[in-house]
Amino acid sequence: MASSCWGLPTLLCEAPELSSRSLREIRRTVDGGFRDLVREISPLIDAATAPLQRFLNGLEDAFANSPWIIVFLVLVTIAYAASRSWRITLGTVLALLAIGWVGLWQDTMVTLSMVTVCTIVAVIIGLPIGILAARSNRAEKLIMPILDVMQTLPSFVYLIPVVVIFGIGKVPGMIAVVIYATPPMIRLTNLGIRLVDKEVIEAADAFGSSERQKLWNVQLPLSLPTLMTGINQTIMMALSMVVVASMVGVGGLGKNVLQAINNQFFTMGFLNGFALVAIAIAFDRASQAFGQRLQKHTEVQHD
Amino acid sequence: MTDLSNTAAEPAALEADDEAVVPAIIIQDLYKIFGPHPDRHIDAVKKGMTKSDLNRKHGHSLGLKAIDTELPAGSISVIMGLSGSGKSTLLRHINGLIAPTAGQVLIDGQDVAKMSETELRTFRRHKTAMVFQKFGLLPHRTVLENTLYGLDIQGISRKESEPVGRRWIERVGLKGYEDQYPTQLSGGMQQRVGLARALANDAPVLLMDEAFSALDPLIRVDMQSVLLELQQELRKTIVFITHDLDEALRLGDKIVVLRAGEISQQGTGQDIVLNPANDYIRAFVREVNRARVIQLRAITRPHKPDTSWPSLTLSGSITLEEAAKQLTSSDIREATVLSRQGRPRGVVDLMDVTRNMLRTE
Repeated sequence: MASSCWGLPTLLCEAPELSSRSLREIRRTVDGGFRDLVREISPLIDAATAPLQRFLNGLEDAFANSPWIIVFLVLVTIAYAASRSWRITLGTVLALLAIGWVGLWQDTMVTLSMVTVCTIVAVIIGLPIGILAARSNRAEKLIMPILDVMQTLPSFVYLIPVVVIFGIGKVPGMIAVVIYATPPMIRLTNLGIRLVDKEVIEAADAFGSSERQKLWNVQLPLSLPTLMTGINQTIMMALSMVVVASMVGVGGLGKNVLQAINNQFFTMGFLNGFALVAIAIAFDRASQAFGQRLQKHTEVQHD
Repeated sequence: MTDLSNTAAEPAALEADDEAVVPAIIIQDLYKIFGPHPDRHIDAVKKGMTKSDLNRKHGHSLGLKAIDTELPAGSISVIMGLSGSGKSTLLRHINGLIAPTAGQVLIDGQDVAKMSETELRTFRRHKTAMVFQKFGLLPHRTVLENTLYGLDIQGISRKESEPVGRRWIERVGLKGYEDQYPTQLSGGMQQRVGLARALANDAPVLLMDEAFSALDPLIRVDMQSVLLELQQELRKTIVFITHDLDEALRLGDKIVVLRAGEISQQGTGQDIVLNPANDYIRAFVREVNRARVIQLRAITRPHKPDTSWPSLTLSGSITLEEAAKQLTSSDIREATVLSRQGRPRGVVDLMDVTRNMLRTE
């Protein structure tokens, strides 16, 4: 032992640590307290999340159990309406047909419904927080480290309390995805608003705009391209998280991937993985094309 | 030609020929210190601490120091200075975009610095309008929608405001471009939109922050003409910021020259060109084309009593260049100069005119 210490005293050699007894004590107190608390309020939580649960189930039902051709046409129409590009629309058509061909239609629809809800929730939460961060430097300083934690903390870690509180199912899955997918929305909303041309903001002030008028007339419209990037990133994050979310009971492509890992089903894993990639690319291209279309008039068109 | 024999007995001293001036904006003892704790240092600055001391010892920068000026109603006041002179800062005190550290900015007797957030908003909506160097237009709005911005903010319905907007767009020469987006227009045209937006507000005070500095020289002169032409009729109180002395002399009824946050000299363009207050101003006006700036009024000599007035009469408002042209073409040595009221006030000869055109020391 002493040899690896280069002759240093123990205090400088081995990192100082809590005694294992006090660590055990802390663990027991926190875990026990948490368990008791959850046991106490779990009926309340169940009641509170019931509507959400019903909404998630309903949407999944609508996606997965409607005749495929209707869902297909709706998706293709959305892709075209957003991108106005035949290339992207054709890509979407081929991706969806290929997914159906290999028998993953149902699972893909389950995943799509989950991603849709999670993206909407992430935007609803992220947009106002991003606006708040853009308005106040103090708020930004407070929010940014929290976002760092949300993005780097391994999702399995926060899944533990989420599962303890909400049990297994779609709701904890959704929470896990939202925690992961909201930060880019907040960051890019903040960035987009802060990057709005100072002179245009000053012009708005000089004409006597209220904060609300400034937000709706100037800041949000001018940061729209960045906001669209935020939504795009949120969708991508949500798609990548559905595999992890499947560990707490979310169905769809993620669950298949999880099974494939457990059973070493090579083909099944890859097919499901590629199905995820295909819808990710379709979403990404369509939403980016939409964002670019929105800022068309800001491009210089003369000389 | 008027009969001049009656007024031949005019006294040897020149009568005054000044314009009646009503101040619209009164700035009194204004100081602005930038930094985290301006209040701690204001007294020291008032007692004479210099800009560099304030910066070196306390890390604060002195934006404006002891600004005292009155900007006349219904005319164009130009605040001139090089970059960093505090001219834009001063302009922003007038509509409260920047609050002073000490001092007052009075408009219609109201101190802008003492207004609450809500009062300030109402004040900006109705009393002032602003034009920006880089135009400050909203790229997602059409020319018409940009022009209506101020009226939208006031809560005026589009039904009411649209004719107003269209009228101003026509006045600034952009008819037919109403539905274009700003990026589809050239710089000069974009600034016309900025001007239309400011005028549509119908505010008595118009603030123009280096409004034409970003434009090509020819377009700039063009826009100056547009502004002067509009002002002929509108008679707004315009405060115009520029770093270009030629522009200041062309537009300004009154010119305030700022240097390092202090007023170096203020007065009419002629005052400044004819009587520079210090070396800084002298260096500035050296390159000015005096023939086009100095008005005949300024070099008029008293007329000797008991001689008759010269038969050629010239208005006191014409420039030396114009006077020289008239004197040489009529082949007369001396001319009578009329006062603003049109009465004979004094005389000049070609020699006076030429000497004043050339003097550069």
